[in-house]
Amino acid sequence: MPPIQEIRQQDFSIEDFLESEQQKDLLRFSTAGSVDDGKSTLIGRLLYDSRNVYEDQVRAVTRTTGASAKTSIDFAQLTDGLRAEREQGITIDVAYRFFATAKRKFIIADTPGHEQYTRNMATGASTADLAIILIDARKGILAQSRRHASIASLLGIRHIVAAINKMDLVNFSEEVFERHRTALSVLAAKLDIEEMLAIPISALDGDNVVTRSERTPWYDGPTLLEHLETMPTTAEESDAAFRFPVQRVIRPHQNFRGFAGQIAGGSVYVGDKVVVLPSGKTSRVESIVTFDGELGSASAPQSVTLTLEDEIDVSRGDLIAAAYSAPQPTTRLEASLVWLHADPLDGAKTYLLKHTSQTVKATVSLRHRTDIETLEDHAADSLGMNEIGVAVVETSRPVLVDPYRDNHATGSFILIDPATNATVGAGMVRARLAAEIEQHSTSALIVLGSRQTLLQELEQRLLGQGYAVVNTRVTNRAVWESLLHAGVITLVACEDCESPSIAHLRRHEGLVFDSLDVHPQGEHGTAEEIERELHRRNIFPTTTEDAR
Amino acid sequence: MASAVALSSFAFTRLSHLQMLEAESIHILREVASEFQKPVMLYSIGKDSSVMLRLAQKAFYPGPIPFPLLHVDTGYKFREMIEFRDNYTRELGVELLVWRNEPALAQGANPVALGTQRCCGLLKTQALLDGLREHGFDAAFGGARRDEERSRAKERIFSFRDRAGQWDPKNQRPELWNIFNGRIHPGEGIRIFPLSNWTELDIWHYIHLENIPIVPLYFAKERKMLVRGDSLIPVEQSFVKGLPGEEQWVRSRLRSLGCSPCTGAIRSDADTVPKIIAELVSFRSSERANRIIDHDQDGSMELKKREGYF
Ligand SMILES: Nc1nc2c(ncn2[C@@H]2O[C@H](COP(=O)(O)OP(=O)(O)OP(=O)(O)O)[C@@H](O)[C@H]2O)c(=O)[nH]1
Ligand SMILES: [Mg+2]
Repeated sequence: MPPIQEIRQQDFSIEDFLESEQQKDLLRFSTAGSVDDGKSTLIGRLLYDSRNVYEDQVRAVTRTTGASAKTSIDFAQLTDGLRAEREQGITIDVAYRFFATAKRKFIIADTPGHEQYTRNMATGASTADLAIILIDARKGILAQSRRHASIASLLGIRHIVAAINKMDLVNFSEEVFERHRTALSVLAAKLDIEEMLAIPISALDGDNVVTRSERTPWYDGPTLLEHLETMPTTAEESDAAFRFPVQRVIRPHQNFRGFAGQIAGGSVYVGDKVVVLPSGKTSRVESIVTFDGELGSASAPQSVTLTLEDEIDVSRGDLIAAAYSAPQPTTRLEASLVWLHADPLDGAKTYLLKHTSQTVKATVSLRHRTDIETLEDHAADSLGMNEIGVAVVETSRPVLVDPYRDNHATGSFILIDPATNATVGAGMVRARLAAEIEQHSTSALIVLGSRQTLLQELEQRLLGQGYAVVNTRVTNRAVWESLLHAGVITLVACEDCESPSIAHLRRHEGLVFDSLDVHPQGEHGTAEEIERELHRRNIFPTTTEDAR
Repeated sequence: MASAVALSSFAFTRLSHLQMLEAESIHILREVASEFQKPVMLYSIGKDSSVMLRLAQKAFYPGPIPFPLLHVDTGYKFREMIEFRDNYTRELGVELLVWRNEPALAQGANPVALGTQRCCGLLKTQALLDGLREHGFDAAFGGARRDEERSRAKERIFSFRDRAGQWDPKNQRPELWNIFNGRIHPGEGIRIFPLSNWTELDIWHYIHLENIPIVPLYFAKERKMLVRGDSLIPVEQSFVKGLPGEEQWVRSRLRSLGCSPCTGAIRSDADTVPKIIAELVSFRSSERANRIIDHDQDGSMELKKREGYF
């Protein structure tokens, strides 16, 4: 193999190479813009000119055309990996590509411009540090360019590059470029985008992508790759407060009980004082356990296992946070929403809200919708597919959120339709709203369907723990409300559980749940699990509350 | 373990690229183990599976891996692979399940008799779907990476499969941030790819730093091959027959592991992981270029995936 010889000749040292690999940082970026603006062509060109595609992959997209037998590479087909995409010449779903230069490693998400597939653009942009918005020099800013710019801004992407593409079709006119650049800076200002660099390019011919173009002598800024290689990456703010959503309890034997998760913000040291939410119990970090040995400290985004000094109840969905700066558990929050499904947002419906490792039921009432043309907000009560707006979300049990601007990991959530299991919306928390939930309640309404044995077992168990328990078949809301206000646990056996009266109570009491809350996958909970759920919601028998 | 220390010593400064990938994969493994009733890890014995298995050890440490491994055995895997599989899983104390399409094998299914497409359909895809269904697994981890092939580059980390195990690439669930929607109706399933964002180089680099055992077929040595044009075809199965003069001893190795009749070897001197990495940086073809199956037809990987292959 000749290449190996080459390497030997150049005195290639694998140790040096691996060392330099370890030093490289990572930049994730995504493409955005209207259909056919040249996003996939640009990514193909970038990969090709930076020598990040293999020969067999290039061969697969090279066509020989005409009598002159000229070969041309269809760069878009390097990333348009689905047959339907190649047949129609459009991108349908996001393609993830990887490349590296001597300075940096990159993960690219090449997203579709077609409006129908905006959900896939949002998918690709959600993990990006930087977005390249393409503009066709002949067409300028289109509705879909504005939509993508708005979504990128909502998703908190701080760095935006505007690539004015197809400059070959406008004779590399400086005037055309300047016109688009001015319009873009107006858009950027409206969207609170701090920094937007405009670069004149031709993705097809490669001008200013990797190599500087001789056809744009009037442009003295960086090429696209130069900019990608040198712009500062948004290093996680190390002073962010410690956030650790518990994914799993690891308990291999009696002497070890650890809480596994990925640090979602800040850092933690052995001995740190932490609070477990929503219970509010405090303890100190006893150890930070990993397969490679115990650590003295760890920081986001490491995946570790924590043990605490005290025996306190912690389970999946709980948050371990810095005691000095913990989020107030809330059942009401305000959030920006991007709607991802053809079925519009329904304010009367109960959705499932998944946030870190927690899934809760939620209702969503819209406040306003953003008009993509003017970027102004208008009062509205529903969102259709690909629309964005702001809503108030009420959850069936407390969620442990931060504003998205402070922490993307603990400030984001998705909405799921429980009937179809489709992901229908994506949310970014703007603020926690005053919670209506009563702290330390003694009452709850538990709906159990027709499972008589579970009902009896649960009743016995809760009575044994000192709870006041009533077991009823009555499905009258007024009766339920008075039982709840009397501070008793009300067990209801009813077949048709999603009655309007339950939905109403769920919204206003935060004390109503059924087995779906215990087992989000739809399994029936056991009596023990339901009791644990009561504790999670701060529902304890009056007499023994202090003993806990 | 000196190499493990090397990886962790960056902890207090900025995380390295590999540490970020490791943390992301562990997060995914833990989500799945906690949210599904009955997950399984598809274990193909290759380098990616070896990395995935190490990540699973890390994710649940000091506890055991809370799901079994499933090897879909076509019957034509290299002998060295099966030996490695049995020894390594025994050493780690993980539960290993093996599934073969015995009826098809009994009828003599092989790539020469059926052609590679039908053979893969029966011994890989069908066997996989049967194995998952018979055991009632609702989630299956696979070691596929997005950088392997352009249809893989399109796949979600949580890849939804319908009741027939099929992938619908035009209708994938949105997947924002690292919040995964694993909710399914009975009979449906999710394939999970914790290594989605790893590249071939990342895998080798991690194997090097972590000292992860891999099948010896990856390392160069003198092997008996059929030399046909640029291809080196390993001689293991009796139905793989050479023309006179084709059979030679060649210093070679495998870049990716599959079935012996359908996986081409490459000429190589790389007999250590660093040498493999040095070779990799110099490659001009992708690792799949040596696989015979992907080239049958334009988009054949996508077709196989739609039918239920992982
Ligand atoms: N002349 C010229 N044509 C270009 C340029 N960039 C892209 N094109 C052409 O524009 C068409 C669309 O390009 P794509 O890269 O598929 O566009 P896209 O933005 O990825 O489209 P979607 O992903 O479907 O939104 C193709 O025919 C390209 O060859 C350019 O710089 N100059
Ligand atoms: Mg495209």
